[in-house]
Amino acid sequence: MGTMERILSKYMELPDSHRLAAYRQAGGYQALAKALELEPEEVIAQVKEANLRGLGGAGFPTGAKWSFIPRESNKPKYVVVNGDEGEPGTFKDRHLMEKAPHLLLEGTAIAGHAVGSQRAFIYIRGEYVKQYEILEAAIEEGYEARLLGDNILGKGFNFHVSIYKGAGSYICGEETALLESLEGKKGWPRLKPPFPATWGLYGCPTVINNVETLCQVPGIILNGPQWFAAIGTEKSKGTRLYGVSGHVVRPGIYELPLGTPLREIIYEHAGGIPAGKGLKGVTPGGASSGVLTRDEIDVKMDFESLAEIGNMLGSAAIVVMDEETCMVDALHVISRFFAHESCGQCTACREGTGWVEAILRRILDGEGVKSDPDLLLDIANSMTSNRICPLADGAAMPLISFVSKFREEFDFHISEGRCSVGAHAAVLSGATG
Amino acid sequence: MSIEFSVAAKDRLKRLLEQYPTPRNGLLPALQLAQEEFGCISPEVEDYVSGLLQIPAAAIRELVSFYTLLHKEPPGKHVLHLCRNLPCHLRGGREIQAYVERKLGIEAEGTTPDGRLTLLQSECLGACEDAPMMMLDGKYYGPLTPEYVDRILDPILSGG
Repeated sequence: MGTMERILSKYMELPDSHRLAAYRQAGGYQALAKALELEPEEVIAQVKEANLRGLGGAGFPTGAKWSFIPRESNKPKYVVVNGDEGEPGTFKDRHLMEKAPHLLLEGTAIAGHAVGSQRAFIYIRGEYVKQYEILEAAIEEGYEARLLGDNILGKGFNFHVSIYKGAGSYICGEETALLESLEGKKGWPRLKPPFPATWGLYGCPTVINNVETLCQVPGIILNGPQWFAAIGTEKSKGTRLYGVSGHVVRPGIYELPLGTPLREIIYEHAGGIPAGKGLKGVTPGGASSGVLTRDEIDVKMDFESLAEIGNMLGSAAIVVMDEETCMVDALHVISRFFAHESCGQCTACREGTGWVEAILRRILDGEGVKSDPDLLLDIANSMTSNRICPLADGAAMPLISFVSKFREEFDFHISEGRCSVGAHAAVLSGATG
Repeated sequence: MSIEFSVAAKDRLKRLLEQYPTPRNGLLPALQLAQEEFGCISPEVEDYVSGLLQIPAAAIRELVSFYTLLHKEPPGKHVLHLCRNLPCHLRGGREIQAYVERKLGIEAEGTTPDGRLTLLQSECLGACEDAPMMMLDGKYYGPLTPEYVDRILDPILSGG
């Protein structure tokens, strides 16, 4: 493996990193200047050649997504930045918006040039108050320095950016739900097709990208796609910010190449598990990914390797659970989240997530029945189709993996009416929302 | 009591709505502004904004019932969101929740009788490296211990 590039981290570690002066001194906005000398098609070609993939969760090839925007359409085109980070265990975009807002703005502007857009909205979750203020100040700096707005860098490119604040809703991180929210409605995902590239914001061609994805764009333009593609694996290129939390000595953000083994991230970078306890389970890609056992953590953290074992890289939110964790309890917390966040539009998801939470709660309350684990698996299977968006899939994946891989804990809770790990007293659930 | 935006708020609303093709597209930011002005989106506020923007009140009710950061009823002077999701839960989130509930005399969610503080349960706030954590009036605090909770909340509870 070659030298690890700190593509994103180097901007976040500068003193006053959020200020334009610091960013420019580190070479910021040179990529935008270079991009504006290229034809839009050439910019897209470079992002394609770099094989940058979406870092919000789905891993869709970014260059391909940009190429779907119909250039010949005379509708205005929009760039929408997905800053609605909400996948449990994910906090990388918060760091990027707070410490490197100009990196994000530069990437967004390059995307605008590539797809022929003159208007961007940054959708930021409502809870990120501090980051909103920092971004707002950065946009103001950008306008003052003619890096945003009209006639950027004197090159005749107009690109206007404003921020749109969310108001508390996980589902608004789903692209089409985000668009609905941006249009002043509740965040109910849309039926696809049509996809946002053809029918997006206000019915116009729209590209929506995750914060971190856009932050990777300036480096690709400045250093060339081969530089980026030299890092990572055959199909998962570059670096990304892995977020580690839960039972680790050093929770935090770690920028590493795609394909770094999960074991290395947990034990070398995040310091392993406190008090030398053993690892029981880890969700590698946020709450929506399944759980991996301690025998599975040699997997490489890239899109393909995790998909091959029935899991997913997702938002690279690594949540570590030690040997004293009750897996029934952990699954209940995850399921309660999905029940709360289901938008309610699709019956299988709305009813399924609600019933899963209720069944897990009764198991924890000592009132589970023998058939409950199989009932849970049955419900999970009914949720993975018959739905407009993959929230239900995200709820089903952990449900299936926790119950399958830790079946004996569920059976013990049901037959004995208490926890096999001794992790909690009999009645646990307390109040649920 | 008649609901009306201040002059400054009306000006902010005008500039805000200029960014969007239709008033409906600016409804969520308009409601966020209304909540800043009036404390919550009560039925009276719904009717006021409906008339001002010429948008059916049902469309406003749609947003208020969907988005967790919009309040239908006046919250306390301070609003506390306590994270209950997995990374915080793994690092003692439930114990902190129990401590805060005992401290405030509130079960799960509610407002203190003196109206100083509203406690709400929250899903992941995106600060898992500082678990267990909470958001008070839009500011993040963590990792929490009972002592740290006291240091943050006592000034508020005693008269801030």
